[in-house]
Amino acid sequence: MIDVLYFAWVRERIGLPRERIETRAATVADLVAELKAREERYAAAFADTRALRVALDQELSDFSAPLAGVREVAFFPPMTGG
Amino acid sequence: MDVRVQSDPFDYGAESARFAQGDGETGAVVTFLGLVRGTGGLSRMEIEHYPGMTERALAKIADDAGARWPLSDVLIIHRFGTLLPGEPIMMVATASRHRQAAFEAAEFLMDYLKSRAPFWKKEFGPDGAEWVAARDDDETALRRW
Repeated sequence: MIDVLYFAWVRERIGLPRERIETRAATVADLVAELKAREERYAAAFADTRALRVALDQELSDFSAPLAGVREVAFFPPMTGG
Repeated sequence: MDVRVQSDPFDYGAESARFAQGDGETGAVVTFLGLVRGTGGLSRMEIEHYPGMTERALAKIADDAGARWPLSDVLIIHRFGTLLPGEPIMMVATASRHRQAAFEAAEFLMDYLKSRAPFWKKEFGPDGAEWVAARDDDETALRRW
């Protein structure tokens, strides 16, 4: 089981802030493919992953990163702090 | 080093005054304050963040600044939630023996805060609500460090 979090317009498009997912995805990209296959709202949110960032256990990572041992995955648009 | 993530407003004057109390070694203090602009009829801004990761990311940015410049102190305050035009969004302060380190470290903190701290701004105006898009300039700004 893995916690998946969504922020900003990704959260709005998918319609929820977080969910717990049973997955055997080996990498972030595999997880994204699984999610996109679920429902249209996921496909819409993940249509262009170049427009997205991913954090694994609260550290910025990338879509090719392995998920082994990861407890929390977060997807969000590029950050706009400051 | 002090990092605070909060929804409440903060008192820039009081925070700056407290930060600027010299220890006898510090010769320079630089502070920066970011305010909500009301440009384009903006009525409010909502800032979302990633609790947990935000604090970690800000602490890392402050640590990285401390590793690059001889800083005697660093302060970062960043708000989230609903903010109105004219309200403070965030501030940074740096203290060092000499001004160059304090100025450079403050700019470094700001550049990294823009694109490496998990905050997202949504603006509400006459035409509805819109997420603020990250600017290419923000990413380019990191390359100078």
